[in-house]
Amino acid sequence: MKVMAQMSMVMNLDKCIGCHTCSVTCKQAWTNRTGMEYVWFNNVETRPGLGYPRTYEDQDRWQGGWKLTKRGRLTLKAGGRWRKLATIFSNPLMPNIHDYYEPWTYEYDMLLNAPQGKHTPVARPKSLLTGDDMKIEWSANWDDDLGGSVETMQQDPVLQHMSEHVATELEKTFMFYLPRICEHCLNPACVASCPSGAMYKRSEDGIVLVDQDKCRGWRMCVTGCPYKKVYFNHKTGKAEKCTLCYPRLEVGLPTVCSETCVGRLRYLGLVLYDADRVGEAASTTDEQDLFAAQRSILLDPHDPAVIEGARRDGIPEDWIQAAQASPIWRLISEFEVALPLHPEYRTLPMVWYIPPLSPVVDVVASSGNDGEDGRTLFAAISQLRIPLEYLAGLFTAGDTGPVEKVLRRLAAMRSAMREVNLGRDLPEEIPAAVGMTGQQVREMYRLLAIAKYEERY
Amino acid sequence: MAAPTPTPVRQDTGQSAQDALLRLGRHLRPGEVSDDLRQLFLKGGRQGDAFYRDRWSHDKVVRSTHGVNCTGSCSWKVYVKDGIITWETQQTDYPSVGPDSPEYEPRGCPRGAAFSWYTYSPTRVRYPYVRGVLLEAYRAAKARVGGDPVAAWAEVTTNPETRRAYHSARGKGGLVRATWDEAAEIVAAAHVHTVKEYGPDRVAGFSPIPAMSMVSHGVGARFVQMMGGTMLSFYDWYADLPVASPQVFGDQTDVPESADWWNSSYLMLWGSNIPVTRTPDAHFMAEARYKGTKVVVVSPDYSDATKFADTWLAPHPGTDGALAIAMGHVILREFLVDRTTDRFVEYMRRFADAPFLVKLEETDGGGYTPGKFLTASDLPAQAGVPNAHFKTVLLDADGSAVVPNGTLGHRYGESDAGAWNLDLGDVVPALSVADVPGTAPGVAVHLPRFDVVPSGSDDQAHVGGAGTMTRGVPTRTVDGHLVTTVFDLLLAQYGVERPGLPGDWPTGYDDAETPGTPAWQEQITGVPAAAAAQIGREFARNAEESGGRSMIILGAGTNHWFHSDTIYRTFLALTTMTGCQGVNGGGWAHYVGQEKCRPQTGWAQYAGGLDWVRPPRQMIGTAYWYLATDQWRYDGLPASTLASPLGKGLFEGRTTADTLVESAQRGWMPSYPTFDRNPLDIVDEARAAGVEPAAYVIDQLKSGDLRFAAQDPDDPANFPRVLSVWRANILGSSGKGNEYFLKHLLGTDAAVLAEESGPGRRPQSITWRDEAPRGKLDLLVTMDFRMTSTTLFSDVVLPAATWYEKHDLSSTDMHPFVHSFNPAITPPWQTRTDFDTFHTIARRFSELAGTHLGVREDLVAAPLAHDTPDELAVPHGTLTDSGAPVGERELVPGITMPKLIVVERDYPALAARMASLGPLAVDVGMITKGVKFTPDDEVRRLGEKNGLVPSGPTAGRPRLDRDVHACEMILAFSGTTNGRLAVQGFEDLEKRTGTRLADLAADEGGKRIVFADVQARPVPVITSPEWSGSEHGGRRYTAFAINVERLKPWHTLTGRQHFYLDHDWMLELGEGLPVFRPPLDMHRLFGDSPKLSKDDPSSVPETQVAVRYLTPHSKWSIHSEYQDNLFMLSLSRGGPNIWMSPDDAARIGVRDNEWIEAVNRNGVVVARAVVSHRMPTGTVYMHHATDRTVDVPIAETSGLRGGIHNSLTRILLKPTHLAGGYGQLSYAFNYLGPTGNQRDEVTVIRRRSQEVRYQ
Repeated sequence: MKVMAQMSMVMNLDKCIGCHTCSVTCKQAWTNRTGMEYVWFNNVETRPGLGYPRTYEDQDRWQGGWKLTKRGRLTLKAGGRWRKLATIFSNPLMPNIHDYYEPWTYEYDMLLNAPQGKHTPVARPKSLLTGDDMKIEWSANWDDDLGGSVETMQQDPVLQHMSEHVATELEKTFMFYLPRICEHCLNPACVASCPSGAMYKRSEDGIVLVDQDKCRGWRMCVTGCPYKKVYFNHKTGKAEKCTLCYPRLEVGLPTVCSETCVGRLRYLGLVLYDADRVGEAASTTDEQDLFAAQRSILLDPHDPAVIEGARRDGIPEDWIQAAQASPIWRLISEFEVALPLHPEYRTLPMVWYIPPLSPVVDVVASSGNDGEDGRTLFAAISQLRIPLEYLAGLFTAGDTGPVEKVLRRLAAMRSAMREVNLGRDLPEEIPAAVGMTGQQVREMYRLLAIAKYEERY
Repeated sequence: MAAPTPTPVRQDTGQSAQDALLRLGRHLRPGEVSDDLRQLFLKGGRQGDAFYRDRWSHDKVVRSTHGVNCTGSCSWKVYVKDGIITWETQQTDYPSVGPDSPEYEPRGCPRGAAFSWYTYSPTRVRYPYVRGVLLEAYRAAKARVGGDPVAAWAEVTTNPETRRAYHSARGKGGLVRATWDEAAEIVAAAHVHTVKEYGPDRVAGFSPIPAMSMVSHGVGARFVQMMGGTMLSFYDWYADLPVASPQVFGDQTDVPESADWWNSSYLMLWGSNIPVTRTPDAHFMAEARYKGTKVVVVSPDYSDATKFADTWLAPHPGTDGALAIAMGHVILREFLVDRTTDRFVEYMRRFADAPFLVKLEETDGGGYTPGKFLTASDLPAQAGVPNAHFKTVLLDADGSAVVPNGTLGHRYGESDAGAWNLDLGDVVPALSVADVPGTAPGVAVHLPRFDVVPSGSDDQAHVGGAGTMTRGVPTRTVDGHLVTTVFDLLLAQYGVERPGLPGDWPTGYDDAETPGTPAWQEQITGVPAAAAAQIGREFARNAEESGGRSMIILGAGTNHWFHSDTIYRTFLALTTMTGCQGVNGGGWAHYVGQEKCRPQTGWAQYAGGLDWVRPPRQMIGTAYWYLATDQWRYDGLPASTLASPLGKGLFEGRTTADTLVESAQRGWMPSYPTFDRNPLDIVDEARAAGVEPAAYVIDQLKSGDLRFAAQDPDDPANFPRVLSVWRANILGSSGKGNEYFLKHLLGTDAAVLAEESGPGRRPQSITWRDEAPRGKLDLLVTMDFRMTSTTLFSDVVLPAATWYEKHDLSSTDMHPFVHSFNPAITPPWQTRTDFDTFHTIARRFSELAGTHLGVREDLVAAPLAHDTPDELAVPHGTLTDSGAPVGERELVPGITMPKLIVVERDYPALAARMASLGPLAVDVGMITKGVKFTPDDEVRRLGEKNGLVPSGPTAGRPRLDRDVHACEMILAFSGTTNGRLAVQGFEDLEKRTGTRLADLAADEGGKRIVFADVQARPVPVITSPEWSGSEHGGRRYTAFAINVERLKPWHTLTGRQHFYLDHDWMLELGEGLPVFRPPLDMHRLFGDSPKLSKDDPSSVPETQVAVRYLTPHSKWSIHSEYQDNLFMLSLSRGGPNIWMSPDDAARIGVRDNEWIEAVNRNGVVVARAVVSHRMPTGTVYMHHATDRTVDVPIAETSGLRGGIHNSLTRILLKPTHLAGGYGQLSYAFNYLGPTGNQRDEVTVIRRRSQEVRYQ
């Protein structure tokens, strides 16, 4: 066992309102500069939808992440470092600017400076790449709030992998939001792809960074990252990516995206993991077992053996305490409500998600049950408005079992706490039905609902 | 942050790294590599990663906020580096809500997070600008007249050619830079000339929402009001005012703070898209779900809020009232008739008008209609008591008629001091007359219904339907009057049958033919009957189980309709009949507009200039624009088409514009400009004639020599002449009938396609001039920091400081804190704060006034005001001379017409007075909602804190010549921020109520919140009689908690929440009781409006589709603010959009993101289509306040720049909004008035050429 520490995040998608404040505060703080106009270290996707860049999840096309060879060895999907060196001058496995979007501005100054003419002045769009007039045809968030634009929805890679048909009818509409930052993976494909050795994982907290002095702009990291969260700065010719706001973390502040999250859905903290088992976990044969394998290499920070190992491996005492206080371990391993994004990419991502629970009771009610009775709230998770299969396509390589389990736990919390809310005892049979105790439900409720600042970060 | 700080760089253990290095090769720099070479670990550390560390560094962080009309009132950290604002993030230091609740941190949204873009953006207004043609003409005229700016302005504006030249140039570019001196001189001269020539009430100011920056609003209002100019209302004009609130509660709007959602156990989000419009607060809703709070969303489309819905009901737009009636039907049946719920019964007895008696009037054809409330005046034994007409009557359990405490009649007069309370003593009010012995037989009552499609020609047809229904009520005879209770009428209205009563009743919930049932509503709304019944039942059962913690969060989706007051009354009926109002976690929660300026009294004194001169001229915005922009010439809506078939014909032969004129003449609503003559001259004439000015006015009105300006809005004498706009974008946002503004008010090009009303549809009380004026306004001046439609069309544009460049105060109804604006940088370039700007103009004004105006007397016609004895003016709301010409009426100021008040205007001293605190706050006192405050100690303290004016006309008065001084004054002069005044106000109120109240503030009696406090951190307010809820002991604010817990009456006729309204005009419209009224049938009302394709596919050619045109709030803007922001545009679709369903798009062959045009009689809009199945067929959305400044091509239809979202709308007046003079239907500023509703509109959409051009 080699104990290492990883700064990690959990986002509770059930609370996400899709406001994009995280995107804007991140943009303002980090990428509001020339060459980075199209770059959003943090973006928020409306799902179903194509994401940013478009269809980035289609690894048949983009070849991001890792795969297992026939012999079961882990290798970069787009080929190893040596193959990368061979194709260093022509790398087609990369989204072009139009897959992100062509950034633009407007002739704002005409509003003030237009000479007297025939018409009301207007600021028309101009490409930030060419300076020419343009019609805006795509943006970083084109299908925002649509539950799928009719024009493009069927190209959503997650939808394409579903067996169930998703209808484009008002009554069947569903949508939810997926905020994304760099995953700061335990097994980052971008680092392994870099021919220059410019990408690295900080040993003290696992943050994945690009050394701006070393980067030679080969962009193999862009190909390697299946989440497309390494970007190319068109001015400096270097790769840049989410830094998990390390200048803030180092002085005790949460990341910008976390602290400014108005939905209060981001949790940030250290977890300890067994670095010796990373390769093993990432090499798990069945894609649907990857999520459990990854969870298994996270270490219980209260386990005396882990504490001893951490001390042995040079992790400072206050870091161990931080890992013990961290909400991440509780959400992932204790309450088991957080899931990784696309574990099938085998990068062992460390930004995890609580899937959205909504809506439920209309299904219950239409099936003849009394929706208002809290005890029946979690009876129909398998008939959610959001197809379980869609969520499974995001979080569990298609296995609906773990997703359903999470949603049942959330629903059980709602049912049980409703009784408390109305001045009655917490009925133990409700948590028991989802493998929890009443005390655990209360603690999870405090963490998810009351969610004080000190407990989120 | 639980992580330790600072991060130590860990020493490598060495061994494995060395191995790895050996294996890795030279192209990797030293570090730690995993065994299989996949991973490279490196120490972080300060050298390696310097770039981002540098990027993060900054010199200071300043607290400020955004003065924008979103109700957010979020406190922000503004980061500054090298004197440059770099970015902003949210503050997280709000005082705690308590250990068992989520907190208010962080507050903010992506719009706010993108604000600093404006500071240095290319749309920033950096210098003063004047329209080039005007500036040249002004300079030439000034030279000709020998340098007198006022004479020069007179010449420019009266020379027809010059006037035409600069009017027609408006909005077409050609703004040129000017100096501050010259720009301020032009503005000041225009004001002086207008006051002198036409009258001060021809000057107007428009600046909305004081709460979003109180001093910036107040300073301009102070300037305008002290001059005698008119401040225009906004809350009603924006259609954000829920008129149902004054009707039901006698209160403008009072709602819970968002943290109180957490206390709810049943949340209905009804027409309110919380995640988008209440972004910083939405988490309380999301989190309450984890307590088992059920969330029901009622929205015609799959809105963002629907993501959180346990149940989603999707009624057809505007039919929500029918759904709520059906829910009420189920609740009344199951919780109050078949089974009685003690809590609900007790609540309705004490806190609603339900037990009060209403007289039944016999109709000609047999049967009865509900008439007026029975009052003490109807009882011979009590007819002599004071205010007998305003003391309503109920039945005690033994059947005796009782006048309980707490009615309007108890609110005024010495003899009832101490009796204005809801203490019932031993009285147990009977909800139904059937509950007491001695009841007479039930009788049939006729009630109107509006859900029937009428037959007959379009001209005669009734709006949306005309029918009646007959339902029985139990009755009783009291002193010869046949009466029943409001509750009995309510059961009749909702179709809840009881044995033995005559009439037509539903056979059951599944009876679709009879109004009131779930099946009936299904036909109208499309919501399954079972779902409507279930949700209604759940709502009530939850209220029963939780003690009233069922809440309805209502939004603009249900509030911007012509008949929204009826929709809202059906909602409020639900919260009242289930006893939820005034309970934490329950009741109504209306969040449309930011009405809660918490330090209300202090702001009102400052902004109104009430410390120097009273009363101010405050005008209902909708009526002002309706007349000023000549929309009345196109409207011609016969008021009788809105009336009940059971009405008395009060509106026969009259248009809605005629009801506006009558309301103005009766003093029900304010009307400025008031008369067709300069009010300064009127006083002079009266004095010359040796007559008191009021008597003079009456004589002149009687003789017909003087007329109300509203009777001839197109007479140049009655034009609005000077309009100042700040903190607003009326021409790119709120201006309903935008194209009419451009055409008639401004006199420039416009895309109005409608014809003016023909002779048969013209108002009878307004002079029709054959030629409509083009260009009424002499001067439009706007202060802004960015370019909007309003600045584009302005004559003078003054560069404003942003919200990060000044001191000010912010508050909201969403949270209980007051916090501050602070300058992160000083105003850059030549920008100035609103405070500096208005003082600059005022100083120049007073200089010019010295020679041109001097000291004058002004005659102010003030409306009959709510919360004053004026509301006793019209007993029973009964008119005996309805519709009679003004000369034939008895004219008694303050009773049958406006109060006529002469005030002195010391124009040369205006600037000095603006900059100092006047004597009236103490000498006369400060009155808010009928509660008096005397800030004697505060004035002394302000003198010490701010200093005293050393010399000049205001020597010795406390200074108000800095923005911080004004902040201190506002804080010191309100009970919410000054505990001494809170206690003082409660003690004043206790004398009236005879109940204990002052203890609510006593423990904070020594607390004085000063500006430094709110600079340090948001500060919770003190419980004050200025509001109806309580924060006492750290509890969450919920409206009317004091009424429920301390038995303080509502400010209504009965002193209770009203189901029933008996004003003549309410009854005439058939709205005595909550009733369903469908959206207006625009085609029926206006032949030039198409029929909806959904109803009649052949109504428009196949290449077009006629759809309901809705304008919900955008995710990417706050009104037009931020819609031009590059970040927001980059995160959306980068320009104007119309959202439509796949079916509607297919009909016109349009694909996602293709260019379309929306056209109706009011104008044209060019936009790109967003096609999504989240939209219902037959309805399109264009997000509210899409301005024409960004990516708007030339329209094919008009050949002009495509319009704003309000280019397709037009003002429509509802007569009941104009009713006044009686109880809670009495005027107060932004409290009551016609709404600028716009949701009933229909537009045609077609695919246009995809080749767009911009010039």
